[in-house]
Amino acid sequence: MTPRRTSIFLAAALGLGLAGPAAADDPLKIGFVYSSLIGDAGWTFQHDLGRLMLEEEFGDRVETAYVESIDGGADAERVIRQFASQDFGLIFGTSFNHMNPMARVAAQFPDIAFEHATGYTQDTNLAIYHTRAYESRYLVGMVAGLMGDSLGVVASYPIPEVLRGINAMTLGARSVNPDFTTRVVWISSWFDPGLERTAADALLDQGVDVLAHFTDSPAVVQAAEDREKYVVALGDMAQYGENAHLTALVYNWGPYYVERARMVLDGTWETANTWEGISADMMTIAPYNDSVPQDVRDAVDAKMEEIRSGAFHPFQGPLVAQDGTEKVADGELPDDGMLLSMDFYVEGVEGSLP
Amino acid sequence: MRLRLVPRLKPSPVALYGAPVLAIALTVTFGFFLFLGIGRDPWAALYAYFIAPVNSAFGLSEWLLAALPLALIGLGLAVGFRANIWNIGAEGQLVLGAIGGGAVALALWREDVPGTFVLVCVAGALAGMAWAAIPALLRTKFNANEILTSLMLIYVADQLLGWLVHGALRNPQGFGFPESRLFSPEAVMPLLWPGTRLHIGWLALPVAALAVWFLMNHMVAGFRLRVGGDAANAATYAGFSRSRMVWLSFLLTGGLAGLVGAMEVAGPVGQLLPKISPGYGFAAIIVAFLGRLNPVGVVLAAHLLALILIGGENVQMLGVPVAVAQLFQGVLLVTLLASDVLVRYRVVRVGRLGERARG
Repeated sequence: MTPRRTSIFLAAALGLGLAGPAAADDPLKIGFVYSSLIGDAGWTFQHDLGRLMLEEEFGDRVETAYVESIDGGADAERVIRQFASQDFGLIFGTSFNHMNPMARVAAQFPDIAFEHATGYTQDTNLAIYHTRAYESRYLVGMVAGLMGDSLGVVASYPIPEVLRGINAMTLGARSVNPDFTTRVVWISSWFDPGLERTAADALLDQGVDVLAHFTDSPAVVQAAEDREKYVVALGDMAQYGENAHLTALVYNWGPYYVERARMVLDGTWETANTWEGISADMMTIAPYNDSVPQDVRDAVDAKMEEIRSGAFHPFQGPLVAQDGTEKVADGELPDDGMLLSMDFYVEGVEGSLP
Repeated sequence: MRLRLVPRLKPSPVALYGAPVLAIALTVTFGFFLFLGIGRDPWAALYAYFIAPVNSAFGLSEWLLAALPLALIGLGLAVGFRANIWNIGAEGQLVLGAIGGGAVALALWREDVPGTFVLVCVAGALAGMAWAAIPALLRTKFNANEILTSLMLIYVADQLLGWLVHGALRNPQGFGFPESRLFSPEAVMPLLWPGTRLHIGWLALPVAALAVWFLMNHMVAGFRLRVGGDAANAATYAGFSRSRMVWLSFLLTGGLAGLVGAMEVAGPVGQLLPKISPGYGFAAIIVAFLGRLNPVGVVLAAHLLALILIGGENVQMLGVPVAVAQLFQGVLLVTLLASDVLVRYRVVRVGRLGERARG
């Protein structure tokens, strides 16, 4: 008996309710695990837009479901397993904290396709996917650099993803405004409107012109609006900052979700490690605020096309860290390994890493 | 005609057992119309809430697993609350237990020490006790309000865990993500029920429940605690040491909460993360009161809360919004606590005559 068959047998014997092969006319059930509430803007909201695009694309051929506010601890594995044991054929985990629980469940349900966003553990039935958000971060950084002289960042955790974003925004801003500086406040949370607002106010008190955030609520946008400063948001939050919201980086998960669901429906799904950005339409930026002048728009739009075509990479050399060490030599491109484990600030970011 | 509540001389045995049944019946009726109102099949939703979580072997094991932290901490809290000693910081003691247990597990990572998980549990319990000792010390030496000190130490504990998983205990191969390595197999709690996540830590529950029952009903220390809660002045007059009560209840709860923290990280989670508990330490306060500070009641209440936690996840899979799921949970808790009034009071009709007579 092959290991794969053994595990199926074991799972069935243990009464785990392993999904049998679904009949051809049954809809494909697709489950999503969200780390926060969907709300009406932010990280989870943008994943949910992708879910809705799936429903629109496939109609009766798919059925989607989601569970909100599953973050860390013992809950994630239970929810993922509950999906798996209710004949869901494709399950998406949308937060880093879902990685190890998902890997454990995936090992026990070899016939179900699992997809995990932002992690690094892959398996034969566990694909990983992520966006090159730093490309859009570079562009919103350019907007910040053309509209102000300093950036205040409300940041979550000092993980490579967030450091790439802070560095990309700073590089983008300094490419058009060489004296631009960035300050960071870490709040150790992905979603805490009260703390986000306090951090935003503290940064504005220190005199920054433009705010940015890695957190999920519109609190930072509202702070900028109330105090008549600017903000480059995470997800289109223009409704919260009529004057302040210059633009935003926008994740576009829908096309990826549609493609992966189609593969499951066609029986061609296999594991993958996807890390795409603007060129694959997985990242973009939100419409500009009316106050952004045409020459700024032109400059940023042009850079976006350079990134799309591969003519420009936000971290292309020379890339110099805050302490002066050269990370990428002049004329060279960074390798993905360095980007994935980024643990430094670039020049222009003030303060030290926590 | 009007209704009036008249205190009972003795709690009514009918109401004692009837009140929770009434509360659940009311909640189910309310839920039926609630789910109907938002356009979901009410039978399917109620089934998903109360039956689906426990209608398979796996579901049953998850139910027991989710109830375990609530029940253990609730048992500890019930002892202190009985004596009007308010340890609100069990969540922080749980986090310290996770840190203590996790640190041992990581120190012995790939050292092949058989039975590492026992050391993990002991370290967790000791760390939880040490954290609980701070508010106990502040209470007994400086008369600082233990509600505030224990509550605020939760945030200190959270920050401490965050600092460690970002630094000293971070997985060196983890691409900078704030989490530790996965523990070695020796450090992981052995399974009580193979094929599920229910581990042998569950055996601590009957032991703790019996121990608390014995303490409160058959030991002088328990008697002192009860007198301390019912009549503080009498306890003082009798020469019962308040300090000893504070220390006993804090160390007991801290130890149990710490054990829970260690068993979570060495059990279902398998590593240290910035966030270990979805709020067990807070929910256990509800559990303690819902269980009327009685060991059997606490264990039952923990299982009820665990059931509606899992049920709340299940109905979301049917498209019921999380807000509605939480509303339903809230209604259940409110009706349960409100129906308690029937245990201690009688409802009597008051006619016009009686009203006039009083007027």
